[in-house]
Amino acid sequence: MSSGVASGTKPQIITEHVIEIISDSGEGAQTCGQMFADLCARNGNGIWTVEIIPAEIQPPARSRAGASGYRIRLGSKPLTNAGDYADLVIAFNEQVLYSRLDSKALHGGTLLFVDKSWAENPDPGIRRKYNEAVNEFRERGLVVTEVPIEQECRKFTDDPRKGKNMWVLGMLCATYDFDPSAVGAEIAKRFARKGEASVKQNQALFTDGYDWALENVALRFHVPPHESTTPMVVMNGNQALALGVMAAGIEVCSMYPITPATSASHFLASTIEQTGGIVHQAEDEIAAIGFAIGCSYAGKTAVTITSGPGLALKTEFLGYAVMAEVPLVIVVVQRGGPSTGLPTKIEQGDLFAALYASPGDVPKIVIAPATIEECFHFMITARKLAEDFRGPVMVLSDANLATGQKPFPRPELRESWLAPPVDQSPWNPEVPPFAWDKETGLSRRPIPGQRGGEYVITGLAHDEESHVAYDSQINQRSMEMRSRKLAVLRSALKPPKVYGDNTGDLLVVGWGSTLGAIEEAVDRLRAEGLKVSSVHLRFLSPMEPGLKEIFGRFHKVMTIEINYSDDVGQPYITEDSRRYSQLAQLLRAQTLVDIDCWSRVPGSPLPPGVIEEQLRQRLTRRES
Amino acid sequence: MYGLKKEWEIEAPARECTLEDYVGAEARWCPGCGDHAVLSTVQRLARDLQLPPEKTVVVSGIGCSSRFPHYMKTYGFHGLHGRALPVAEGVRSRRPDLDIFVVTGDGDCCAIGAGHWIHGIRYNMDLTILLLDNNVYGLTKNQTSPTSRVGEKSNTQPHGSFFAPLNPISVVLGIANASFVAQTVDWNPPHLYATIRAAHEHKGASFVRVLQRCPHFSSHVFAPVQEDFSQMLLMESERGVKLAEPIRGMFPRTLEHDPRDLSKARELADRTDVYPIGVFYKNDNASRYDTVTQQGLEITRAEKMAAINGMLDRFAVQGRN
Repeated sequence: MSSGVASGTKPQIITEHVIEIISDSGEGAQTCGQMFADLCARNGNGIWTVEIIPAEIQPPARSRAGASGYRIRLGSKPLTNAGDYADLVIAFNEQVLYSRLDSKALHGGTLLFVDKSWAENPDPGIRRKYNEAVNEFRERGLVVTEVPIEQECRKFTDDPRKGKNMWVLGMLCATYDFDPSAVGAEIAKRFARKGEASVKQNQALFTDGYDWALENVALRFHVPPHESTTPMVVMNGNQALALGVMAAGIEVCSMYPITPATSASHFLASTIEQTGGIVHQAEDEIAAIGFAIGCSYAGKTAVTITSGPGLALKTEFLGYAVMAEVPLVIVVVQRGGPSTGLPTKIEQGDLFAALYASPGDVPKIVIAPATIEECFHFMITARKLAEDFRGPVMVLSDANLATGQKPFPRPELRESWLAPPVDQSPWNPEVPPFAWDKETGLSRRPIPGQRGGEYVITGLAHDEESHVAYDSQINQRSMEMRSRKLAVLRSALKPPKVYGDNTGDLLVVGWGSTLGAIEEAVDRLRAEGLKVSSVHLRFLSPMEPGLKEIFGRFHKVMTIEINYSDDVGQPYITEDSRRYSQLAQLLRAQTLVDIDCWSRVPGSPLPPGVIEEQLRQRLTRRES
Repeated sequence: MYGLKKEWEIEAPARECTLEDYVGAEARWCPGCGDHAVLSTVQRLARDLQLPPEKTVVVSGIGCSSRFPHYMKTYGFHGLHGRALPVAEGVRSRRPDLDIFVVTGDGDCCAIGAGHWIHGIRYNMDLTILLLDNNVYGLTKNQTSPTSRVGEKSNTQPHGSFFAPLNPISVVLGIANASFVAQTVDWNPPHLYATIRAAHEHKGASFVRVLQRCPHFSSHVFAPVQEDFSQMLLMESERGVKLAEPIRGMFPRTLEHDPRDLSKARELADRTDVYPIGVFYKNDNASRYDTVTQQGLEITRAEKMAAINGMLDRFAVQGRN
C-alpha cells in the first residue's frame, strides 16, 4: 500500500502519549485500537491499553453513557499503567465524549478530533447538539479539530458505520509517524473472513485516512521505540492466563459464561484442543466448579474461571474442595460489585469473598497477579500449589488486567511446568487417604485407578481414613491440619520487596492490577524528594512474611485499592465507625499496625496522577 | 520387561474379586430401607462383572441414599446436595477407564439438583444413574419431596402436599438426547438386578428410577404395590429387561414394549393406573459428550510444548511476519 501524498508536517519527538478512540458500540473503535496498539508494540514501543466498554452489546447510538472504545498509552519505555489524561482523542460522534469528560479521562489541552458529519445531519436536533457540544468542549479547553470522517468514508462505502474504524486507523498511523506499508497485510488478515471485496475496501479506507491526516493534521508525533534485546510477546491478561493454563498442563477448563472472565475461556476454546485439553461450558456456575472438582478428584487438576457473581455461586463447592482437600485452580476475574454490579468495569472487591465466602473455616491459598506477565506465570504456580498443598488455589485477576495489553518477555516454556501423568501405581493400603503429616498437615492423595487406595471422599467431617467422624477431637485436629498447610507455605515465602527506600514517611501497600499506577505515583513523588515507598502483595493467603517489620520502618502505612471504604468526615463516619478497604482490614488484623487506606470504585483503573495526589495529601497531613 | 526374554514373562495370577471386595463400611440405613436392596444389587453386579474396585467410582450427593459410596469398597465421592452429576461428569470427562455409578435421591435429583439432572441427561456421558425415589426427604426427617403424592402430610406441609408430583420418568423422556430410561422397584431383587445391569451395559447416561420404601416416613406409599403385583406393569423386551420364570410369573400384567419407541415410552410413563417397570426407552445412537471430552488424551508432552510455543509465536512482537 502506498501513499501518493507528500510527507506532511514534521513530527514532534515525544516520549509518550495517551490516545483514545471513542465511538458508539458496534462501530469498531476497539478493533481500530487493538490494531493500532499491536502496531505500536511490534514497532518496539511500550504500550498499556484499556478497553472502554458499555455494559450493553449495543446501547442506543449517540448516547452519553454509550462510549465504546480503546485507550492506548504509547511510550518509548515500557509502561505499566494507562496513565492520566488523554493527549489525543478521536471520536466518531460528540455525545460519547461526555462520559469520558465525566470520568476525567480528558482535560484542557487534549487534542480532540471529532467527526463533523453530524453538523450536516438532516435532523436539526442532532445538528444543534453537535454544535453545542463542540462549543462546550472548546470552552473547556479541548483543542477541537473537526474531521470529515463520514464524508471521506462515503467515498468507499455506503455504510460508513462499518468503515470509520479503518479510516481512523490510517489517520492514527499518519499522526504517529508509523510506516503504513505493513498495515495492509494486517487488514487483509483481519477481514479475510469477510471476503476479498471487504479487504480491499478496508485497505482503501485506511489509505485514505492516512493520506487525509498527512495533508490536514497540523501536529504529528513520533514516539521513538526502545531497543529490546529479549524476545517479547504482547497480549492481554486473559490471553496470558489462558496460555498459562495450557503451559501448566491443565487439560480441563470448566466454566460458565460471565463478564469479564469469559474471554479467557473463548481463547482456550479455540486453542486448548491443540494441547489435548477441553473447555467444558457447564449448565451453571455450580456445575462448572463441580465438574472441575470431579476432574481433579480423578487426577486431572482442572481450572474454573469466573467473576464475582459466579464466585458467589461456587462457594459451597469451594468449601468442599477445602474440606476434602481437592486440588483445584479457581480464577476470579473481578468486576464491579456487589451483586450484578458493574459487569464490564474494574474493581478489586472480591478479596474477602475469595478468602471467606464459604461456611465454616476455609483456609485456602489466594494469589493475585499484578501484571499481565504474572497472569501467565501464576497459573503454573497455582496448579503446582494446588497439588502440593492439596486444595483449591484462587487466582484473583481483574478487568484491568483481563483486557489491558502490554508486551512482556516471551516465556521460555519448561516441560516441568506441565502436570505429571496421573499416578496409577498401586497405593500402599497401610497409608490412609489423609495421612496428615503431624508437623505440616500435608498428605498425598490416592487417585481412582490406584489399587489399594480405594476411599470415599466426603465433605463431612472425617478422620485420616476419610471416614465420617463427628468426634470433637478429630474435628479439632483435622481443622488444624488444613489450616497448618497455609503456615507451611508462608514459611517458604520471602518478604515482599520494598519499591523505593526501605524507610521513609509513607509506605503504600497495594495488590493486583494497581501495581504500575502506584509505582509511577511513587516515582513522581520521590523525584520531588518526598519519602514514599511501596510494596505490592502477590500472596494474600497466606500473606507474605515480614510485613510488620517493613511497616515499622515507615511513619505511616496506607493501602490504595479499587474497592469501597468510608471516608472520615462524611456524615456519621469517624475514625471509629469507618469501614476500611479490604486489604487494609486484613493488614490491620494481621499486623496490629494502624494502617490507613484510600480506595475508590470508579469502575476504571486508578490513574497514577490521582494516586499521586492522595499520597501527597497524606504526606502533608502528617507534616501539619 | 528389562533383562528378561519375552517368553519368560510371568503372568500375574488373574484376580478374582468376591462380594467382600465391594463391601465397605456397615450400612447405617434404617432396617427395611430400600437402599439396602440397591446396595447389595450393585455389589453383586460389580462382582458378577468383576469390575476392578480401584477402577469403580460411586458418586453421590446428599441425603439418605447418598451415603451409598461409604458402603462400597471402591472409590467414592460423597459430594454436595444436588451436585452429584456435575462431579460424576467431571470424573468421566478424562477417565474412559473408570466405571461410574451415580446414586441420588428424589430431593437431591429432582429438587435442588434439577438443573444438573436435565443437563446431565442431555450430556449423555457414560454413567449409571440410580434415582432412589422414596417420595420423601428422609435424612432431614420427613419433608415433602417433588415426587410426594398430593395430600401426603409432612413436617413442611402438614396439611398435605399441594402439588401434583413430578414424574421423573416423564421428565427424563422429555429431555433431548436421553438415551436410557428405566424404572424398577426395590422389593423385587431379580428385576432390580436385571434393570441395573441393563443400565450399566448401556453406553451413555443410563437413568434408573428405583421406587422404594422409606420404612419411617413413606412405607404406606409403596406397601400396597409391594403386596399386589397387579399394580405393576412388567414391560418386556429383548432390548430391555426380560425376566426368567418363575419370577416373571409373579407379575400378572406384562407388556411387550420396544424401548426404541419414544412416543410409546412417553405414553407408558404417563400412566397413572399402574407402575410400569422395565426399560421405557433406549437409544444407542444418541450423541455422547464423553466422546468429545476424552479427545486429546493421547497428545504427548512434546506435542503440548510445541503447540503452546506455536501459540506464543502468534503474540510475538519481534520477528512476526
